[in-house]
Amino acid sequence: MSPTMIALYVFVLSCFVGYHVIWGVTPALHTPLMAVTNAISAIVVVGAIFVAGRVSAVSSMWVELIGFLAVFLASINIFGGFVVTNRMLAMFKKKK
Amino acid sequence: MMVLSPDFFALAYLVATVLFIFGLKGLSSPKTALRGNASAMAGMLIAVVVTLFHPDVKNYTWVISGLVGGALVGTGLGLKISMTAMPQLVAALHSFVGLSSVLVAFGTFLAHRDGGELNPVAMVELALGSVIGAITFTGSLIAFGKLQEILKSNPLVFKGQHFVNLILGLLMLGLGIYFTCTGDVMSFTVMTGISLLLGFLLVLPIGGADMPVVVSMLNSYSGWAASATGFILSNPLLVTTGALVGSSGAILSYIMCKAMNRSIVSVIFGGFGAAPVEAAAAQVAGKGVKSAVAEDIAFLIGNSSKVIIIPGYGMAVAQAQHAIKELYELLTEKGIEVKFAIHPVAGRMPGHMNVLLAESDIPYDSVFEMEEINSEFSATDVGLVIGANDVVNPAAKSDKSSPLYGMPILDVYKAKQIFVSKRSMKAGYAGVDNALFYYPNCSLVFGDAKATCEALVTALKQE
Repeated sequence: MSPTMIALYVFVLSCFVGYHVIWGVTPALHTPLMAVTNAISAIVVVGAIFVAGRVSAVSSMWVELIGFLAVFLASINIFGGFVVTNRMLAMFKKKK
Repeated sequence: MMVLSPDFFALAYLVATVLFIFGLKGLSSPKTALRGNASAMAGMLIAVVVTLFHPDVKNYTWVISGLVGGALVGTGLGLKISMTAMPQLVAALHSFVGLSSVLVAFGTFLAHRDGGELNPVAMVELALGSVIGAITFTGSLIAFGKLQEILKSNPLVFKGQHFVNLILGLLMLGLGIYFTCTGDVMSFTVMTGISLLLGFLLVLPIGGADMPVVVSMLNSYSGWAASATGFILSNPLLVTTGALVGSSGAILSYIMCKAMNRSIVSVIFGGFGAAPVEAAAAQVAGKGVKSAVAEDIAFLIGNSSKVIIIPGYGMAVAQAQHAIKELYELLTEKGIEVKFAIHPVAGRMPGHMNVLLAESDIPYDSVFEMEEINSEFSATDVGLVIGANDVVNPAAKSDKSSPLYGMPILDVYKAKQIFVSKRSMKAGYAGVDNALFYYPNCSLVFGDAKATCEALVTALKQE
């Protein structure tokens, strides 16, 4: 199997997992759900690190700069997303 | 330095994936939600730290400065943002994921081209990653602009819009195919440029009422963009995580559309809420509305045993939630049962009302979803509608000519007495007159929602 086919398998199966997990989320927490999915979609940071951290004789300043910007943006997402989710979830309290 | 085997990274990424899934699973109840968030954070930490040790990562200057810079900005944003502004923040963050995906596609392309490691499959993946990322980026920018009210929230439509979009789409496809065959950097750039333009054009015609759907949809796109990046890098962690986020956004869009009785296609094509609809208004014209003052409500509420409050986006705009909390406490002290009823599309993003109520310390077990509470209205003494409109319009059930017909509503009209706090007789988002206002058991309280709630609290205290 080519890496693309493996990725396709993983992708399709993950969609099923996502489908089942997400329907289990209580509607009251849909805003925190969006904020946290936002944070984890910043997993593109992994790709960004590969771009920014790659050194080769021929790679130009451009690649490094593009990589830096990508890491920076994804990192804003990670921290912004998780911090705000935490703030929201901490506010949900039961009746005393 | 010791070189770690590829399997080590694969395993660490698998752990991160599992932690993300547990994170989302935690959100099934407010009790486990914080733990879920912590689990997702742990997953992200593992993913990032492990990646830093990957043999392909040799230069740390840009990586670390990017991570630290982003951490500072992100944490600052996350701590400072007000809960009312949550939809804007989420839209802005979606745009960052989109742009980041585009940049990763570009960077990977440039780096790999120089290394001579590109094949047609990789190029299809690059093209896809860039296109989805670009549409997410500009689409989210427009959504942000509309939510932040930098742009007008009403839909922007022009003649031949769909035709223009179609041409641009075809052009984008053609360039994508050309790029796959030739690896020409110019076609890749122009294709990305067209995708950016398409992102703008796709969200501009969507009106303010449909914002909850748009935000959910872009949430979904940002996931697919991450997945596409995973395909580019043959990285299963990105593929899985992207798919989780993508399906989350897709499900939320579906829930929102269903709650508005609109098809996803009609939302995407846009234009909703553009022209005011006269049909329903004409039907109820000629009948008068009753108006009430805070003292009237205070008297009735003070002698009732069950009250249901229906908050809408108007509550958030007027910042009335803290006054409502005071009202809630006062009534609960008097032994009156108070519940909150939330329509799925109340607010500007899914679940927005719940967060605002939680922020003002209203316990989440007093807040109910539409399906849970609709059967209780007939046994309710007072229904208090604060800043909500279309979601309580009984025309959605009875009037086939109403554009709202078929939309599920909160059955507050069944309550013995209804009070609606409203700034004016202006129609709601959908531009439809509300048949509820003309019901014999309904009275309107004109004025700012916050002022009304405060007046109500004062009046109740005097009783």
